[in-house]
Amino acid sequence: MKGNLFALARYTLLRAVMLGFAVVVALYLVVLIVNMGGHLDKVRRGEIRQAVAAAVTMIPENQLLPPSELNQMIERQTELQYRYYGLDQPFIWRSFRYLITALSLSLGRSENLTSDSGSRQVRNIILERLPSTLVLFGTSSLILFFTSLFAALALSRRYGSWADRLVVALAPTSSAPGWFYGIFLILIFAAVLRVLPWGGMVEAPPPKTTLGYALSLVRHMILPVAAMAAGGLLASIYARRTFFLIFSSEDYVDLAKAKGLSSRAIERRYILRPTLPTIITQFMFLIIGMWQGAVILEQVFVWPGIGSLTISAVNLSDTPMILGVNVIYAYLLALSLFILEFVYAIIDPRVRVGAGPQRRL
Amino acid sequence: MLRRLKELRRYPTAIFGIAVIGLLVLISVYAMIALPYSEAIRLWRGGPGVWDENPRTAVPAWFDLFTRDKLPRTIVVSTADAGVKTVERLPDGRNRIQIMLPFNYPYEGRNGFPTEVTLFSEAVYEGTTRPRLSVQWKTPAGETLTLATNRPMRTSDTYYISQDSQLLTRFGTLPEVGLFSEAAVGVPAAQRTAVKGEYAVVVQADLPEGGDFNAKLVVYGRAHGLAGTDHRRRDIMVALLWGTPLALVFGLLAAVGSTLTTFILAGIGTWYGGKTDFIFQRITQVNMVIPTLPILIMVGQFYSRSLWLMLGIIIAMSIFSGAMVTYRAMFLQAKEAPYIEAARAYGASNFRTVFRYLLPRIVPVLLPNFVTVVPSFVFLEASLAVLGLGDPILPTWGKVIHDAQTQSALYKGLYYWVLQPAVLLMITGFAFAMVGFALDRVFNPRLRTV
Repeated sequence: MKGNLFALARYTLLRAVMLGFAVVVALYLVVLIVNMGGHLDKVRRGEIRQAVAAAVTMIPENQLLPPSELNQMIERQTELQYRYYGLDQPFIWRSFRYLITALSLSLGRSENLTSDSGSRQVRNIILERLPSTLVLFGTSSLILFFTSLFAALALSRRYGSWADRLVVALAPTSSAPGWFYGIFLILIFAAVLRVLPWGGMVEAPPPKTTLGYALSLVRHMILPVAAMAAGGLLASIYARRTFFLIFSSEDYVDLAKAKGLSSRAIERRYILRPTLPTIITQFMFLIIGMWQGAVILEQVFVWPGIGSLTISAVNLSDTPMILGVNVIYAYLLALSLFILEFVYAIIDPRVRVGAGPQRRL
Repeated sequence: MLRRLKELRRYPTAIFGIAVIGLLVLISVYAMIALPYSEAIRLWRGGPGVWDENPRTAVPAWFDLFTRDKLPRTIVVSTADAGVKTVERLPDGRNRIQIMLPFNYPYEGRNGFPTEVTLFSEAVYEGTTRPRLSVQWKTPAGETLTLATNRPMRTSDTYYISQDSQLLTRFGTLPEVGLFSEAAVGVPAAQRTAVKGEYAVVVQADLPEGGDFNAKLVVYGRAHGLAGTDHRRRDIMVALLWGTPLALVFGLLAAVGSTLTTFILAGIGTWYGGKTDFIFQRITQVNMVIPTLPILIMVGQFYSRSLWLMLGIIIAMSIFSGAMVTYRAMFLQAKEAPYIEAARAYGASNFRTVFRYLLPRIVPVLLPNFVTVVPSFVFLEASLAVLGLGDPILPTWGKVIHDAQTQSALYKGLYYWVLQPAVLLMITGFAFAMVGFALDRVFNPRLRTV
């Protein structure tokens, strides 16, 4: 028993260290890529020098100064600006600073972006965008997940029925991503029929009453949610249905049927139970996925979420912002992977934590 | 293996998918023969002189089938063809050159107006003072309207008649509407209809001795070619044609590069175990944390947007992806199979065991996977293009959609602009997906017996 506990602790620690290592390495790579391996600092320095020079020469009194004095003044102010932005230090040092600010979740100040309320704190900007991403992707992901789960169960029960064959035939339509269907939906419902809005989150100006606001929000959410459903629902129903079918062809299911158990009991005990680890994994990744939103879908529907925030951060090469979004995702991912190991062991007796290299997964 | 593939014949969707893929390959071959790579790039880049005679945002010509009146096409008249040039010597030694550009305008109705009217002229003369140009318009009814007098002429001159603000105030409506309708005063602009008949433009200039000039009138229509044109007058057909091979090559190469490499590396990692496996697993974990799409956007933003560089990065990033984990689990099972032990017992080398025995075992899983990921890469290219990170010079379907989106084509009602590339993307994606789904059922018998 004591030996077991020790092995478990050792294994837990090992996993945590490895995942932590992966997060650190991945984020440092992101820092390097975003800064073009340090090249971006040269660009930044150049920009600052130019801005300072322009500002100094613009002042009328300065124009009377002799050139050498003027140059000294520019030089001094440029140095100050470099110090302010931390550009007086070498990139290696700066890159670790970026990394540590991100890893410690203090996130720091954004270099180019401001929140609508005027804050430059990465944390405030993210918090401002988070609700809109969560309301769209939270609702749609949950609806799609449970719809596909129950539809798949229903279809696996009626294998070969017309509904089943229809889903199988239409499953390839999910090979197109959601934003792609979004364009079609906008064309039909906004451009031709003019019944639903083109994009955005609420009407402009936003309705004053809470009810009006909610109704407007729902109206704006119909198309993006439908687009996501078109881009993924059928394929996931198909995949889950096949998955359930494979498990319902096991011998123990036949035995349960022979015993005369009700189909509901069979489903719960013999089909859902062994597929639970997979379903939970998918659900976990779904929850993590919500964090990032969908970059292109948000772009197509002009949705002010984390996805469009990422795009603007990348367009402005705003390192703290990009890292801020990434570090939270990385932590969520690592944490989920870590938790999943134990969840498997709890719900699936065949899996033993730290049971050596023969383990599945 | 081959016998299995033949079973595909039992799936109508698979046959349909293969037929569509075959058709797309034929289109690609045609595109590459009819329009060489460098020519396609030159045409798509556009620039002065390439698309001057195309209308902006013209609908495809087959829209005629759905309209009451035939949609106007572009009419070009120049000195080289129907134009009549007369030269008259003036007493001061200069030449008075008059060019008459007659043309028949066969379109009428509310939608019968052209979109633009432009007069191009090229002059050759010696001297420093610019010659003066005067332009007159003759309607079928025999009226003569003076459009411009004493217009200083450059050696290469373009007179945008539709943008002439004086004409706009004179007609009280767009110049092209005024020019092609009966200029009956009092008829509101929205109710005017185009009048068909023989029109002509008379251009006149006095040039120093030895000078000469040629003129070309372009009456831009509303419909053009099989696919229409975009906001930069480019024929969208170029992008639709060349988008096909680019989409196929991109999708297939990315699929081959990622699935095959992942598959082989997973096999090797599992077989040798130990350090190799450990390193592969760590790389996979690191890679899973790095978000693919933002990284691609960054690369496009900071380094280069070349399609081929993007392709390389996509392949590199999808080698150590979630599929690695899946394959590894499968190989771990397969490794314990008795026939592998038998192979080792007879002394097969590691290399032989991996490539001859271990990898082939998982091929049935690999093949459907491979075909099903092709559409995701085809759409990934389109996604990047829609985000504005498409290859700057290559004509791809995604870039057409991007152009249409930035020009708010849907809002302006230019549906053809978005729909044509989108439908092609959809057809391509569905075709591969259909084949992939059928392959999945053929190669995974457990799916068939249930």
